[in-house]
Amino acid sequence: MSSTAIGADSHGSSGHEEKNYLNATRGLKSWIFTVDHKRIGIMYLGAILTFFLIGGLLAIAVRLELFSPDPVLTKDPSLYNKLFTLHGAIMVFLVLVPSIPASIGNFILPLQLGAKDVAFPKLNLASLWVYCIGALFLIAVILTKAVETGWTFYTPYSKDSASSVVLATLGVFILGFSSIFTGLNFIVTIHKMRAPGMTWRRLPLFVWAMYATSIIQVLATPVIAITMLLMLLERTLGIGIFDPALGGDPVLYQHFFWFYSHPVVYVMILPGFGIISELVTVHSRKNIFGYNAIAISSVSIAIIGFLVWGHHMFVSGQSPLASVIFSALTFFVAVPTAIKVLSWVATMYGGSIRFTTPMMYTFSFLFLFSIGGLTGLLLSTLATDVHLHDTYYVVAHFHYVMMGGTLIAFIGGIFHWWPKMTGKLYNEKWGNISAILVFIGFNITFFSQFVAGTQGMPRRYYTYAEQYQPWQQLSTIGSWVLALGLFTAAGVLLKSIFGGQRSPHNPWGAVSMEWETATPPIEHNFHEQPICEHGPYDFPEIDHTMGPAH
Amino acid sequence: MLSTLIAKTFWLPEQASTFAKSHDALFYFIYWTMVIFFVAIVGTMIYFAVKYKKRSDDDRTSPLEGNTKLELAWSILPSFLLIVMFAWGFKGYMSMLIPPANATDVHVTGYKWGWNFTYHTGDVGNNELIVPLGQPIRLIMSSEQTSPDDMAVLHSFYVPAFRIKRDVLPYRYTVLWFEATELGSFDIFCTEYCGTGHSNMIGKVIVVPPEDWEAAISSGRDFVDDGSMGTLAEFGEMTFGRAGCPACHSVEGQRLTGPALNGVFGREEAIEGGAPVMVDEDYLRESIMEPQAKIVNGYPRTMPTYAGQLSPDQIMGLVEYIKTLQ
Ligand code: HEC
Ligand SMILES: [Cu+2]
Ligand SMILES: [Cu+2]
Repeated sequence: MSSTAIGADSHGSSGHEEKNYLNATRGLKSWIFTVDHKRIGIMYLGAILTFFLIGGLLAIAVRLELFSPDPVLTKDPSLYNKLFTLHGAIMVFLVLVPSIPASIGNFILPLQLGAKDVAFPKLNLASLWVYCIGALFLIAVILTKAVETGWTFYTPYSKDSASSVVLATLGVFILGFSSIFTGLNFIVTIHKMRAPGMTWRRLPLFVWAMYATSIIQVLATPVIAITMLLMLLERTLGIGIFDPALGGDPVLYQHFFWFYSHPVVYVMILPGFGIISELVTVHSRKNIFGYNAIAISSVSIAIIGFLVWGHHMFVSGQSPLASVIFSALTFFVAVPTAIKVLSWVATMYGGSIRFTTPMMYTFSFLFLFSIGGLTGLLLSTLATDVHLHDTYYVVAHFHYVMMGGTLIAFIGGIFHWWPKMTGKLYNEKWGNISAILVFIGFNITFFSQFVAGTQGMPRRYYTYAEQYQPWQQLSTIGSWVLALGLFTAAGVLLKSIFGGQRSPHNPWGAVSMEWETATPPIEHNFHEQPICEHGPYDFPEIDHTMGPAH
Repeated sequence: MLSTLIAKTFWLPEQASTFAKSHDALFYFIYWTMVIFFVAIVGTMIYFAVKYKKRSDDDRTSPLEGNTKLELAWSILPSFLLIVMFAWGFKGYMSMLIPPANATDVHVTGYKWGWNFTYHTGDVGNNELIVPLGQPIRLIMSSEQTSPDDMAVLHSFYVPAFRIKRDVLPYRYTVLWFEATELGSFDIFCTEYCGTGHSNMIGKVIVVPPEDWEAAISSGRDFVDDGSMGTLAEFGEMTFGRAGCPACHSVEGQRLTGPALNGVFGREEAIEGGAPVMVDEDYLRESIMEPQAKIVNGYPRTMPTYAGQLSPDQIMGLVEYIKTLQ
């Protein structure tokens, strides 16, 4: 397990190359009906990135329309409303929620545990197909039913939208099932299938993050099912639950929606945290600073995350007492989150930092996520939230967290594990350039939205008061740079598949278990059951003769 | 007007209400906390990245795996700052919830897509709220349907220059108050997504000197349909009679089928099988439109519902009329 084991298959069957999971079997069927977690992970990755592309193009269209308060792309505000509804729904439910767990998690988690597969491989395959059905269903509903409510599907919006909102929630519910399947699988796999010697203290932090995420998935998703059932009852039996025309309470819907959707925010971000813990250690050649703190903070974020949903409703007419309690609880989430960021930075201390593409994305993550997290303070504080709620400030805040956090970590993770997944090396220089372009484009796009927001520009506006135009224009220009960066990243990866160099067995010199097998892995992951003899971050460079103060 | 421009900063719009100054003080306290933490975190990251950049293949790295004292420090110390933010924000939020007793009431009706403002005089303004300088104004807001086959939806009433915002709910009253400190005209935005016309649901608050106020709001619209000018409460009194309320409610203290309605506004009402409730506008509205929702202790469940029979204007009038009964 030294960092110089280049080229040859670690199990050294000299001469001809051993078959790997990619070429062990052939044909479309061998993919569609595979139960191999690695192939499922790859298919998920393909599907998620496709939706990311679609969601991203929609974002470009939305930004283009906002270049001027006058019509740019369309004269029809309701078309604009459909565009941002689709953008939000796709990015949240089809990209962010499944992104890391379903793709990288599926691929890497069993390998990191030294397991042959996940606990329930068939359930895993079912998860993928349920995801595809749910995704197509949700998009079809939004397109055909002309849902233009935004991704939050708040009721009531109009008489016609009432029925389509039930259907859209059904779509979210189907998608939720696919994540419950993944979550259940991960929980059981982590409990039951760790390699001998892999104690809880030796779990890679990525696995801890997956564990916390899975718990939220399994507990929160039933709530969306209940919401949907209640809406169905309301529609079919005419009992007023959420619809004020029937004597229902629209604020109640908001409670239900956020009771599900706030924990889901942590489903989106925790896996990103997991990836950063891996990247910052491997590329700094350092053990993680504060392993216990990072692992425990993941789990505590998962738990507290269930108790803060009302912070989306400080001005909604919920009881003031509730607002006060939710505000206080929200501040509690800030602490474990801050602990993580500080621990990652401290991990770099005394390291030997390689400016690889994954590390460039890690720097980018730390910068952007710090802004995303800190700007949340103004929103958890009651009095300032009143001014900022539902303005572009919120839009900027959650893009810094969700895109600057989760998606940047996701992309960094793809670059990190790309050689493992494909067996190919990409061009490092262009990888770095993509990271820098994404970083610059992202900041131009979203920092300007902070200013528009504090100045008072509301979100979900097709047209706007002219004093906001400079900031909106800057943001639109930024979105082009951002797109350029993302396309560069995609180009770098695609090019590596066709004509990239063959990756050495362990290009980063990582010591967690996924690198102990061949690259790309063989179909059954390991020839024999691997034994775990050290922690996931015991790099050979670490100088144990130095005192801990160094 | 010049002074409003001066108070405008890179981050925040002009300050035009009593809330703006205290809001902005808190805003900048948190803002600078954010900036300091950000610079500390990212500065350290950049310093480490440069200092510990890989030099050679035989670099040796530190075995450091944590530092209990440091970890405890950065877990606990920032909490004090968080407590300050929370408490300060709480204080500001509470002051926004409790209007002063001498506030003037204005009714706000959000609809698809615009705002109507009904003053106690019975005058109505569309998309233009006119208020006197330096006097507390209390907005009683609801969302109503525009036509019988559409539905009322959520809106939110937001005036950036005043730093106030509150959701406007269908068929219910929510309350918001402010006191303008600058003359001029300020944007009103709808901040709860409400469909196609959401971004056009823009109005203005116009702040005028108090002595000009009555003249400024008199639009000539007349509520009372017999042609005589009447206040909102007078219109309500007429509705009260026409809808047959006096059959069950006295306004002079006698108990009929229903409780007497004088003095009811602002008092605590004992409710059958529930905690006592404060009688405010929203309670009055609910009592009329959904009488069965809360039954006054010791009275029969005989009040008929008026849902679908009274227009939003008539409900507004009734509420204002009952408020005047002492
Ligand atoms: C058939 C008799 C009847 C009529 C007509 C009637 N009410 Fe009532 N009302 C009652 C009774 C009985 C109660 C007490 C029980 C309850 O809370 O519903 C009541 C309660 C109320 C209350 C709550 C009073 C409190 O002390 O909390 C209000 C306000 C009210 N009515 C307003 C009206 C108005 C306005 C009208 C006319 C539009 C009206 N009522 C017509 C019988 C009537
Ligand atoms: Cu939330
Ligand atoms: Cu609106």
